[in-house]
Amino acid sequence: MKYLANVATLTLNKDKCTGCGNCAEVCPHAVLEIQDKKAFITDPDRCMECGACQTNCPFEAVGVDKGVGCAAALINSMIYGGEPSCDCSAPQEGKAKSCC
Amino acid sequence: MTTIPLKLKSEAGLLKLNEPAPIWTTGSVATPAGPVYKALTSLSPQDCREHFRCRISAYRDNFIVEPGIYAVGSPDENSEVFASANYKYSFDLLRQSLDGLNGWILVLDTKGINVWCAAGKGSFGTVELIKKISDCKLASIVSHRRIIVPQLGAPGICSYLVTKKTGFKVYYGPVYAKNIPAYLEADRKASPEMRTVQFTIKDRLILTPMEIIPAMKNYPLFALIILLSFGLQPSGIIFRDAFYGGFHFLVLGMLAVVSGAFITPLLLPAIPFRSFAIKGWLAGISTVFAYHKIFAPSIFTSLPLSVVAYIFFPAASSYIALQFTGSTTFTGMSGVKKELKYGIPAYMTAVVISLILLSAYKLMEWRLL
Ligand code: SF4
Ligand code: SF4
Repeated sequence: MKYLANVATLTLNKDKCTGCGNCAEVCPHAVLEIQDKKAFITDPDRCMECGACQTNCPFEAVGVDKGVGCAAALINSMIYGGEPSCDCSAPQEGKAKSCC
Repeated sequence: MTTIPLKLKSEAGLLKLNEPAPIWTTGSVATPAGPVYKALTSLSPQDCREHFRCRISAYRDNFIVEPGIYAVGSPDENSEVFASANYKYSFDLLRQSLDGLNGWILVLDTKGINVWCAAGKGSFGTVELIKKISDCKLASIVSHRRIIVPQLGAPGICSYLVTKKTGFKVYYGPVYAKNIPAYLEADRKASPEMRTVQFTIKDRLILTPMEIIPAMKNYPLFALIILLSFGLQPSGIIFRDAFYGGFHFLVLGMLAVVSGAFITPLLLPAIPFRSFAIKGWLAGISTVFAYHKIFAPSIFTSLPLSVVAYIFFPAASSYIALQFTGSTTFTGMSGVKKELKYGIPAYMTAVVISLILLSAYKLMEWRLL
């Protein structure tokens, strides 16, 4: 299953990449692979922008605009302001409810 | 290796003798850092009941495990350490999959949120992991310097920073806890299958109750508007008219929820197009069409009402289907933003047109138009 085409913000700077393999290890959709000692983006449409690759790259070679792919979170942040987050709740009574 | 600060007061998760032990523990294990609860590796009927309640309601609140360190089996200083969230569901899956193994579970304080969501928010994160490694004196409990972190926690954990600060090297475990024995067998190597998330029909089916229930929350308001608008006559509100006129709309409203919150998630890969809004709209328009053809209800003899039925209910189904992006394992933020950019104006237009047509229908009924 793939989501919308050509929207993912994933970028890779091959000059900075050392081929350490961290990004390929953490990606839950096998978007990144190591080929010829460098990271390689197999299919950007599979990227869900979770940010795992970016957080675990020691050389700042991968970049992604990390965020939650959740309509409710984005609508809440449009209405109430603030960062969209996986809270499943409007900031009522200052109490965050657990979700998921 | 950095030194771990020693604290004298009772540490989080180490056994608190004056409190009753959680029912999912069985005694304790002595460690150089003090006694530690030993967690059972099978679920009790109560655990299973809690899991079920958690799938169908907002009982998810306070479904937590006290953060800290726990033992599984008869671990020693060479046993592996597994990091977990303090959402009890996540913790239960982990302890279950460690059945027959000896190990330690380091529970981070994620405020009762699962690994994946907490990693996105950062509460299952580098700082918290470093803090727990130090607070629980992990370095005195085990002699090795390895910690196995669930792969879905990776968005929150900067592995090289953890190593730099604590000396512990992060090993990303498989996506699914059930693969842990195979992962350990393969010397902490996860196969490509263990590294990728799935989203099977069963996974999707389990998620549907929590799509249907929130969608139904708006149903009473919808029903009220429908009954009022059909019942409203120059002489007042006529209940017979409200019911006979509104009945099919009430059914269609229910069908929109079913098509957006149940049919679309279930048939997700089979419905054409990648956009959830379009998938939901297609499912919605198909249900309206089926209802029209099979039951041929009276509303379809009126032009304004049938236009309302074909505009409003597919849009509602589409909106509800779009909410499912929050439960999937593959939708990214940029994609959802794009859907909302086109979707929200479209939904608003659908609502406005429906209201105008409904008013026009009433005016015609009252022979004012
Ligand atoms: S983690 Fe960074 S440096 Fe390592 S392979 Fe990936 S992109 Fe290259
Ligand atoms: S953001 Fe997540 S899904 Fe996208 S490439 Fe990085 S690890 Fe993979």
